[in-house]
Amino acid sequence: MVVVDDLHIVYKVYGAGGDRGSAATVLLRALGRRTRGNIREVHAIRGISFIAYRGDAIGIIGRNGSGKSTLLRAIAGLLPPEDGNVYTTGGASLLGVNAALLDDLTGERNVVLGCLAMGMSKQEAKVRYQSVVDFSGVGDFINLPMKTYSAGMGSRLRFAIAAAKHHEVLLIDEALATGDAEFRVRSHNRITELRQAAGTVFLVAHNLEEVELTCNRVVWMDRGKIVMQGDDVISIVDKYIDASGGIPVERDPATRRRLHRAVGGES
Amino acid sequence: MSDPNVPSPTLLSAGGDPGAGRIAAAAGLERQSEVRSPDLPTEPLGTYALRHGLRPSAERPPVLAYLAEIWRRRHFVMAFATARNIAMYTEAKLGQIWQVLTPLLNAGVYFLIFGVLVPINRGIPNYLAFLVTGVFVFNFTQRAFITTSSVITESLPLIRALQFPRAALPLAYVIIELEQMVLAMAVLVVIVLATGEPVTWYWLLVIPALLLQTIFNIGIGLFAARLGAQVNDFSQLLPFLMRTWLYVSGVLFSIQNLGLSQTSFLAKHSWAVQVLEVNPAAVYITMVRDSVLRSQRLSAPGAKPYNAALCTQWQNAAARGGTVPVKLQYDSAYCAAHITVQHFWYYGIGWAALALVVGFFFFWRAETRYGRG
Repeated sequence: MVVVDDLHIVYKVYGAGGDRGSAATVLLRALGRRTRGNIREVHAIRGISFIAYRGDAIGIIGRNGSGKSTLLRAIAGLLPPEDGNVYTTGGASLLGVNAALLDDLTGERNVVLGCLAMGMSKQEAKVRYQSVVDFSGVGDFINLPMKTYSAGMGSRLRFAIAAAKHHEVLLIDEALATGDAEFRVRSHNRITELRQAAGTVFLVAHNLEEVELTCNRVVWMDRGKIVMQGDDVISIVDKYIDASGGIPVERDPATRRRLHRAVGGES
Repeated sequence: MSDPNVPSPTLLSAGGDPGAGRIAAAAGLERQSEVRSPDLPTEPLGTYALRHGLRPSAERPPVLAYLAEIWRRRHFVMAFATARNIAMYTEAKLGQIWQVLTPLLNAGVYFLIFGVLVPINRGIPNYLAFLVTGVFVFNFTQRAFITTSSVITESLPLIRALQFPRAALPLAYVIIELEQMVLAMAVLVVIVLATGEPVTWYWLLVIPALLLQTIFNIGIGLFAARLGAQVNDFSQLLPFLMRTWLYVSGVLFSIQNLGLSQTSFLAKHSWAVQVLEVNPAAVYITMVRDSVLRSQRLSAPGAKPYNAALCTQWQNAAARGGTVPVKLQYDSAYCAAHITVQHFWYYGIGWAALALVVGFFFFWRAETRYGRG
C-alpha cells in the first residue's frame, strides 16, 4: 500500500550555466564575489495525492518529462520530498532501465548478489537461482559479464532478479520496454502474480497497450501534476492519446479491447 | 480536439500553469488550486497513512533495526566482496595472482632502494623488515580509506535498483582490503624470516592487532564513503591527505627515535612526538611491528632500564644519519619510552571503537540520501 500526500519534489541543479568548474568561477566564489551561483530549481512534482491499495497495478502515463520517473523514485524513497510525503508499507523496490547492477560481473553472480541484497538467505538464493535464470531467458549468456548483454537481455535479467522476491511495492520504470514479445507475456503474468500476492505494482510505460493489459488503474501525469486518474484504464488511455494528438485506437465496441494485437497473450 | 462531455474518471488536480492548457482542456478542467479525489479519506492523508501502519518512504531506519538489516545481509557483504575482488582482476592477464604479486613487488622496491642502493637504517635494526611491515600495515588503512570514498558512486546502479542498508557497501570494500592484507601478511612472513627474525609466540598478536585495525578501517571507511558521496572535491584532496598521513605515521622511520635525535623540531616539542605516536596508523603499525619483529621488541625505548650514557651514544649515532653499526642499533632500548607497548594496545582498542561509532553514525545519518541526484 502506498499513500502519496500532496507530494512536491524539487530538483536542485547546480551550475546550470555550465561554468561551474572553470577556474575563474571558483576564484570568484572563493573571493566571495559570487555565491555558489546558477542553482536552478526544477519543480518536477507539484502536489500529487493518491492512495494505492494492496493488489493494485497502477500504470503511470504521460509525456517525457512529466514527472513519472521522479514520482517512482520518490515512492522508492530515493528522492526527498520538498513538501508533503510518501508513505509505504515496507520497502519499495524500483526497477529502472539504467539499473545495471554490476556490469563487470557475470549474470550468474549478479543473480546471486541481487537475491542476497534483497535480503534472501544463501540457501534461498540458491533455490531461486534457476527459476530466475529461466525466467530471464538469457540462456548461456548467464556465464558472461553483464556488459556483454544487449539492452533487452540486461533488462530481462534485472526484472527477473527483482521479481524473484515478493515485494510489497514494486516500481517498474520502462524496464520491460526492451523485452521481446515472449518475455513481455511472462513478465505480464509475473506482475499479475505479484498483484495477487497482495503487492502493489507501479508501471511506467510508453507502451499504452501494455498498461491496458497489465494495470487496473492508471494515473495520467503532465508537468508534475495528475491530469486524471481512475479505474477506467481504457477511457483514460484514449483521452491521453487524443490529447497528445495520437491516432485513436480502434476498439471492439463490445469488449473495448484493441482490434489489433501487438502483444501476444493475456492472462 | 476532444469532447469535454465524455464522462471523465476521477479528477485529482488540475494543470496549474497556462502551458498545460491543452491537456487541461482535454480533461475538461478549469484551473484549480487543488482538487481532492472523492475516493480519498476525509482525514489528512498523513494521519491516515500512519494509522494504517505505513512509514514515510524517505525515513531513516532506527539504529538497531539498521544494524539488524546489515547483519541479515552478511552473506551479501561477503558475496559482494568476493565478486568485486574477481571483477578487479578480470582485465589483468595474471588475474588473481596480482593479489600476491602486488605486495611482493612493493617489498621488492623497498629492498632495491634501502637494501641495495642506499643501505641506510636510521639507527633501526632490521630496517628492511621494519619498513615493509610499516608499508603493508599503512597500506591496509590507506586502501580502505581510498576505495570506500568512491564506493557509493561506483555502486549507484545497485543502490538505485535494490533496497538494502547502504553501509553494506563500504563494509564489503573493507573486507576486500582485509583479504588483500591477509595475503600481504603471508608475504611479510617470508620477508621477516628471510631477514633473520625468529618465529615466536608474539606472532599470534598480529591477529588481534589486525582485527582492531579492521574495525578501525570499517569506521573510517563508513566516514569516507559518506564524504566521498557528498563532497565531490574530496577525491582530489585524498592523495595529499594520505601522503601526509604516511609521513607522520612512522612508516619510513621510527617516530620514537625521531624524537630522541636532539636536532629535530620534535626533540624540542615532545608533545608533538606523542601526538604522532598515538595517531591511529602509527599505533597499528607499532602493534604489528612489535608482534612480528623481535628486533623491534628488543630495541624499543624502555625495553631496557634507562641508561643515559648508552642512550646518548645511540642518539648521536642516529643523528649522524645513514647507517648505524649493528652493535649500537639496539641501544635505543636504553632510552626512556614515551608510550609503552601495553599502552599502544589501549590506544589501538580506543581508536577502533571511536572510529567505528563515529563512522557508523556519520554514515547512517545520510542513509536515505545515497543514490540521489
